[in-house]
Amino acid sequence: MSEINTHSKYSSAINQSSGGAHERWRLIKDAIARYGVIAGGLGVIVAVVMIFFYLLYVVFPLFLSATAEPVSHYDVPEQALGKTLLLGVEEQNEVAARFTDVGQVIFFQVPTGKTILTEAIKIPQGAQITSFAQGSPNNEGAVIYGLSDGKAVIAKHQYKITYPNNVRLITPSIAYPMGEAPLVIDPAGAAIEKIAVKIGDKASTVVAKFGGKIHLSHFEKETSLFSDEATITRTDSVLEYSAVDVTEILIDKDEANLYLLDKAGRLGLVDIGNKTKPALIQEQIVVEAGQKVTSLAFLNGDLSLLIGDTSGLVSQWSKVRDKLNRYAMQKIRVFKVSDKAVDMINTEQRRKGFMTVDADGTLGIYHSTSEREMVKEAGAGSHPTAAAISPRANAALIQSDDGKISFWKVDNEHPEVSLRSLWQEVWYESYPKPDYIWQSSSANSDFEPKYSLTPLVFGTLKAAFYAMLVAMPLALMGAIYTAYFMTPKMRQYVKPSIELMGALPTVILGFLAGLWLAPFIEEHLAGLFALLMFVPLAVILFAYVWQYLPKSVLENIAEGWEAAVLIPVILLSGWFALSVSVPLESLLFHGTLRDWFKTELGIGYDQRNALVVGIAMGFAVIPTIFSIAEDAIFSVPKHLTVGSLALGATPWQTMIKVVLLTASPGIFSAVMIGLGRAVGETMIVLMATGNTPVMDISVFQGLRTLAANIAVEMPESEVDSTHYRVLFLAALVLFMFTFVFNTLAEIIRQRLREKYSSL
Amino acid sequence: MIRLWFKSGSPWIWLNAAAVSTSLIMVVGVLSLVTVRGVGHFWPSQVTQFSYQEDGKALRTIIGEKVDTSITPAAMAKSTGFKMADDEDTLVQYLIKSGNRDLTGADFQWIQARNVKEQSDPVDMMVVERREWGNFYGKLIEVKEGGKPIASGVQAWPVLQTKIDEALTVFKEISHLEKKEIGAINYSLERLRLKERKLELENKLDDAAKKDLAAEKAGYEAEYKQYQTQLAGLYQKVRLTSLVASTESGETLEIPLSKVVRAFQPNAMGIFDKIIHYATKVIEFLADDPREANTEGGIFPAIFGTVMMVMMMSVIVTPFGVIAAVYLREYAKQGFTTRLIRIAVNNLAGVPSVVYGVFGLGFFVYILGGNIDQLFFPESLPAPVYGTPGLLWASITLALLTLPVVIVSTEEGLARIPSSIREGSLALGATKLETLWLTVLPMASPAMMTGLILAVARAAGEVAPLMLVGVVKLAPTLPLDGNFPFLHLDRKFMHLGFHIYDVGFQSPNVEAARPLVYATALLLVLVIVGLNLAAIVIRNNLREKYRALEG
Repeated sequence: MSEINTHSKYSSAINQSSGGAHERWRLIKDAIARYGVIAGGLGVIVAVVMIFFYLLYVVFPLFLSATAEPVSHYDVPEQALGKTLLLGVEEQNEVAARFTDVGQVIFFQVPTGKTILTEAIKIPQGAQITSFAQGSPNNEGAVIYGLSDGKAVIAKHQYKITYPNNVRLITPSIAYPMGEAPLVIDPAGAAIEKIAVKIGDKASTVVAKFGGKIHLSHFEKETSLFSDEATITRTDSVLEYSAVDVTEILIDKDEANLYLLDKAGRLGLVDIGNKTKPALIQEQIVVEAGQKVTSLAFLNGDLSLLIGDTSGLVSQWSKVRDKLNRYAMQKIRVFKVSDKAVDMINTEQRRKGFMTVDADGTLGIYHSTSEREMVKEAGAGSHPTAAAISPRANAALIQSDDGKISFWKVDNEHPEVSLRSLWQEVWYESYPKPDYIWQSSSANSDFEPKYSLTPLVFGTLKAAFYAMLVAMPLALMGAIYTAYFMTPKMRQYVKPSIELMGALPTVILGFLAGLWLAPFIEEHLAGLFALLMFVPLAVILFAYVWQYLPKSVLENIAEGWEAAVLIPVILLSGWFALSVSVPLESLLFHGTLRDWFKTELGIGYDQRNALVVGIAMGFAVIPTIFSIAEDAIFSVPKHLTVGSLALGATPWQTMIKVVLLTASPGIFSAVMIGLGRAVGETMIVLMATGNTPVMDISVFQGLRTLAANIAVEMPESEVDSTHYRVLFLAALVLFMFTFVFNTLAEIIRQRLREKYSSL
Repeated sequence: MIRLWFKSGSPWIWLNAAAVSTSLIMVVGVLSLVTVRGVGHFWPSQVTQFSYQEDGKALRTIIGEKVDTSITPAAMAKSTGFKMADDEDTLVQYLIKSGNRDLTGADFQWIQARNVKEQSDPVDMMVVERREWGNFYGKLIEVKEGGKPIASGVQAWPVLQTKIDEALTVFKEISHLEKKEIGAINYSLERLRLKERKLELENKLDDAAKKDLAAEKAGYEAEYKQYQTQLAGLYQKVRLTSLVASTESGETLEIPLSKVVRAFQPNAMGIFDKIIHYATKVIEFLADDPREANTEGGIFPAIFGTVMMVMMMSVIVTPFGVIAAVYLREYAKQGFTTRLIRIAVNNLAGVPSVVYGVFGLGFFVYILGGNIDQLFFPESLPAPVYGTPGLLWASITLALLTLPVVIVSTEEGLARIPSSIREGSLALGATKLETLWLTVLPMASPAMMTGLILAVARAAGEVAPLMLVGVVKLAPTLPLDGNFPFLHLDRKFMHLGFHIYDVGFQSPNVEAARPLVYATALLLVLVIVGLNLAAIVIRNNLREKYRALEG
């Protein structure tokens, strides 16, 4: 090559001798080709670098922190119409609603605070509003007013979007989901001190405190099959609970549990599954001694509560089942939000995130699963009186006691993922303890995505481990024999056939593993173990007998054909092992080995398990390792081995002490490349395991690998969603894994090549 | 003695030899497993009639093909809940394919050999392959036309065959009309809609243009109506005839011939008939569209899709691979850069294929494709044209994946060309490009061919990345057809490897689909082993040639 590189001498000579246009054109062509080829060659590096950086580019936004900035700041609209009880923002962040303590609703423009519409809630004459609450679930937009005459009014703010002249127009209005007539909660007419409501299409529940007791009213709507008329059945009950101090009432969206909080920080959990007989399950103090609860909210999905206190802590409490399958509230994590009291907690409507505002007006945005603090911004410095986070969690409104509302824009795309939630144990809602779990999606929208890569990496390594356990002995021993002991005549056929094994599509190996091998092993599990014992024994026995064969036979079969001679031996002993296994199994284990494992050792058996994957993937990896290791051993310089033999070493000693030692870097690089292949293999694992992301070391259990996970979930993930980026992260992890292995292997191989050429 | 023998190392050598033998047995075993199961599928097997009586139940007849036999030792059978008599050593069970899924709900059933009172292979057992509900097994009673029986008894069979042939001819006409003619009209209408939208976007949709478009549309619609009436006539004709048959339980079932693909009596067939049957089935397998959620019929679209994708990929990968190899061997100074490139090549070869799929999906499909749509196909937005997985992106992704194969192989070929040849060319005054183009590359062409063949073999068997960038389980149209611009690079396609995965693992009726999967696997193995053998032969010839040159 270097000889050609000196051509410039010739070309300059050509240049001088003729110099016509044609000659110049030839040289120009030559130069163009040179640069083209150089660009093409370097393009390979560009390709690798581009794959890496593209993956990184997609993954990167996961770890960006969120931003929140105040956009505008304006006076509370229509201050004369009462103090704010609740702020609400609609989906597009254009219109907001302010509910006041005198039963007025003011709709105003979010960016400017200009009033669009004011509407009075239909409160009966003579009655005063004595209590108010936002309905559950919080994305329904329902509110309830408890009145001084024992009645209640349920209202709802709603927004209609129309496009006159192709411009979006949002029209707010107030609706009454349970009818405009007030609901009679207490026929005796006692003032309602506290109230809560859960609104649903089929059933609604109102819980109210009056006369020192908690009363529950359940309304079940039954639509008749033949007409649109609906009949409403009402069930009332009274809860045995010392309710005098109760300050907060919350009903979850399944109407299964009721949460009561009192002044002392005592949280009561009541089972209201049976509406006629609510039952108290648990009572406990949820704040440290000397602290007070300042805010309380459901996290999206109503499975856990967020409790803010005067010390600036927000704790997450979730229903957790204990060993006896009873559930109780348990503190699963705590956020240190501020040094001041946490006055407001507003939860996001589509994710497990929440916004806090402390007594100083400092805004914080957090995510529960990932335990990340996304945003912390100092506010106006005055005490907050109301706050709202928009349905898409991209805007917030905070009203403070100086009579101002500030409008914040929030950019918070991927709060669900943190290094911690990817790699460490996370305590998910309603789980008994922190755990590694991969469960990326579910049918319902308030599902907590569980993105722990640990079980997937575990599965990947487990599959690769069992595959290497099968492949390494076979491939390396095969390589030693083929390169050093086999006759060249046989090697000529053996090497291509084993390499052909590597060309077999993995989809076929996976298909055979899943549909043929898995049932076969399930049926012949004992046979497989017998095979592992009998075949090597048979080979050794045969080899021992072989040397006593008459000379005439031995001379006819030249040395180096052992592998061919052994084929019938292995086939026979294998067949023997499989056929003897069934009676043996019945004799030793009284039934099948599988049952024995289950009953005696408590090891469960999956039909598609790591053993099947190990064998099938081992099959796919053997040729890779075999081919590279064989090359390394074969190219050990002859004079080394000849020298060793001449000094009186046996062929085997030469092999172990000289050849293997010299070729060991090459063998190492073969193993590395094989491992890289096993780690990234997709189709075999996809088809030969159940793809369950469990972390179980047992060889009889299934697994899910990073690669298979990508193949399963990628087509369904929404572009640029957190799930999509986490899958890219899985790909990046795989890329880096194999990059390290391959680079290491290649560097070692290059070194080895230099070493051989100097020997 | 034995200690001495162990010390000599001879047992270890034997064990090493055993590893080679085991590997060889595994390769041959896998290949023969696929071959045996794949080849056997199309052979018409005997249909057996069993008189079957379970304990305490009435005697009943079961008709079907015996597919599998399982023998379980008594102890094991007992532990899984079978009642075993003391003198029974084993429990023998047969897997019977009894078809008639529309009547019984399942294609297969296990029966116990000990409960079989009598079994025979009656000559008049008929198998009907249907377009819906899988196979039918039973006896032919009569053939009806327009609700009236036209043949029964012994005459029924030949009449049925001619009627089926007639129905198939009509059916062919129908599918031609539906797929080709009406498909073309639908395609033109869609293009018309896009044209209209484009004019609208460019603000050129004036009255004249509208009128033109309306006229064109009316033309197509008239044509469409005409085909519709033609189709209605054909459907009426094909629905006229039907066959009546009795099932194993004695029920009679009327099957319209429009639902029948073929009917045959395997027990009455001679060896020659069976060979003909086998051949037609193989041809159907290779040349027909799949039926019944891919579990029956042919795999032609999958073969076609694979070939198209591989061809596109070859066109892309060859120049790049060859240029990179030429750079490594002929232009670059051996040093840090070439080292880096070799590491890059090895990494490209070692990166898991599914990562290529992820990269292809994100970069090619969403970024490149999305931008192409914005620039060139604004009229079809928000429906994506190139911004969705398709043939083009699959080919490019696989080209990237197989690039190292071509590079390594071409480089090896270049390395084997003696430098005297290059020097000779240069000495005669050729430029480096001319030397390369006229002497070196032609000599290395077999090596490039080898690389390309290996790349094709790799691409044909790859599935994981394709699942992300363009393969689907059922593509309604081929990527190449008679509608302008003929080659539709944006279309999704079917692929042999994915077909195996999909039918074998995602299909609702895996048991029934399994033989077909084995047949598909055999085809794929044959193609890939063939390609690899060809590559090996070419490479060996090349080596011989250069050895002669050097000598």
